[in-house]
Amino acid sequence: MEAQTFTARVATPTTRLVGAMALVSMAWVVIGGLFVTPRDVDQGDAVRIMYVHVPTAWVAYLAFIVTAVASACWLLSRKHSMGFDRVAGASAEVGVVFMAMTLLSGSLWGRITWGSYWAWDPRLTTTAFLLVTYIGYLAVRGLGGSLEQRARRSAVIALLAVLEIPLVHFSVLMWRSLHQKASVLSGDGDIKMDGSMLTTLLVGVIGFTLTFTWLVLHRQRVLAMQDAMQMTQLDAALRERANESENKSVIESSRLK
Amino acid sequence: MSTQLSLGRIARAVAAKDLRIELRSRVVINQIFPFAGLVMVMFAFALDNDDVLTRVAGGLVWLATLFSLIIIIQRSFAVDSADGALEAQRVAGLNPAGIFVGKALAVMVQLVTLEIMLFFAAVVLYRVELHSDGAVLLVTCVISATAGLSFVGTLYGGLTAGARGRETLLPLLMLPVVAPVLIGATRATESAFMSGGAAVSDGWPWVGVLVVFAAVFGLGGILSFGSLIEE
Repeated sequence: MEAQTFTARVATPTTRLVGAMALVSMAWVVIGGLFVTPRDVDQGDAVRIMYVHVPTAWVAYLAFIVTAVASACWLLSRKHSMGFDRVAGASAEVGVVFMAMTLLSGSLWGRITWGSYWAWDPRLTTTAFLLVTYIGYLAVRGLGGSLEQRARRSAVIALLAVLEIPLVHFSVLMWRSLHQKASVLSGDGDIKMDGSMLTTLLVGVIGFTLTFTWLVLHRQRVLAMQDAMQMTQLDAALRERANESENKSVIESSRLK
Repeated sequence: MSTQLSLGRIARAVAAKDLRIELRSRVVINQIFPFAGLVMVMFAFALDNDDVLTRVAGGLVWLATLFSLIIIIQRSFAVDSADGALEAQRVAGLNPAGIFVGKALAVMVQLVTLEIMLFFAAVVLYRVELHSDGAVLLVTCVISATAGLSFVGTLYGGLTAGARGRETLLPLLMLPVVAPVLIGATRATESAFMSGGAAVSDGWPWVGVLVVFAAVFGLGGILSFGSLIEE
């Protein structure tokens, strides 16, 4: 039997460009965040955590939105293209990592500024629930079964999460509130932040978004290869079984003779 | 083509079947109720303070309910998936939405019975005083919270039953989703108990949250249950 080979290359000129841009902007954030920007009047050096915290939070939420949209596309599209499912899965994986980073950097900042690692405020609590929910989502993806089964199950779970999150957020909001009010998007358009700090923060958001895009593009290509491999292995097993039964029937018929 | 059974008839039949099995096997009465009672006693050991127990009694009742919910749901689907009954129901052409509502109804009946027992346990063990002013609030809270818990439980129970042998996943998937019910039902119950000086009127907005929750997941379950249990 001929062994089928896969080209193990997932990079294309576009992903290379995205990757290079991500690297450059991340370098900018590191230099800007650690050396160029000034200390905060109240928070001191702790403010530098913001250059990681805010962009990772943004990317995590973006990732979960991408997962929800891709899942809805899979369910609604007539062809049920597996591409949607893989993008949903890849995006959720990256989202979970970034959400964990958000919680980690946030609790370090909280320890320095509030004096405690954790506070039971709506935004923190909802974020923690989001993390657990998507860890569950990834577990559902790993349940096994056919690709179609995986796609259908996880798409439903992703959409149920969209129902769950506002309910959790609202109920915790009713429960109590204490989080640092958003300072850039405060609504009145008056941004109270040093120019270099704001630039670094924005570059951070762009850099982390590019990193997210790069990771998801690569991850969904790797997932496509894994799916293809699973299918070939299945085909091979089926062929083997078919050969087996053919051989057996030849032997049996020769016995009968 | 045979005549289609209405959703209500399927739901009634499925619920009656599940409850009949429970009545005959007595697993819920002989094992799950004593377990829940045991949890209530364990809370008292852990907290070790009469005033604290009275203050947090509402939350403990609902926590014990959540723990029991996990077992009741696993049991409800283990009975079905053990001999392929869930598949048989689907192959028989029953509307999955009807199966969902029926199983959720059966869970609801079991949970309400359990909660009544737990409230009595709270009165006896935690020295909670029931007030007639809070009675309507308490009953409304119990019904709406239990509906929400049953819908979510049945939904995720169906998913994990579809993926055979992965029941360990149920608590991880289900508990984050029912967090709003825990918060809402606890606050409403505390208002009904008037614990910590809470007023009965404070509880009603929480009942609103519970009703919205039950409606959202009831509808979500009716729409998606078929996709989740499909093999």
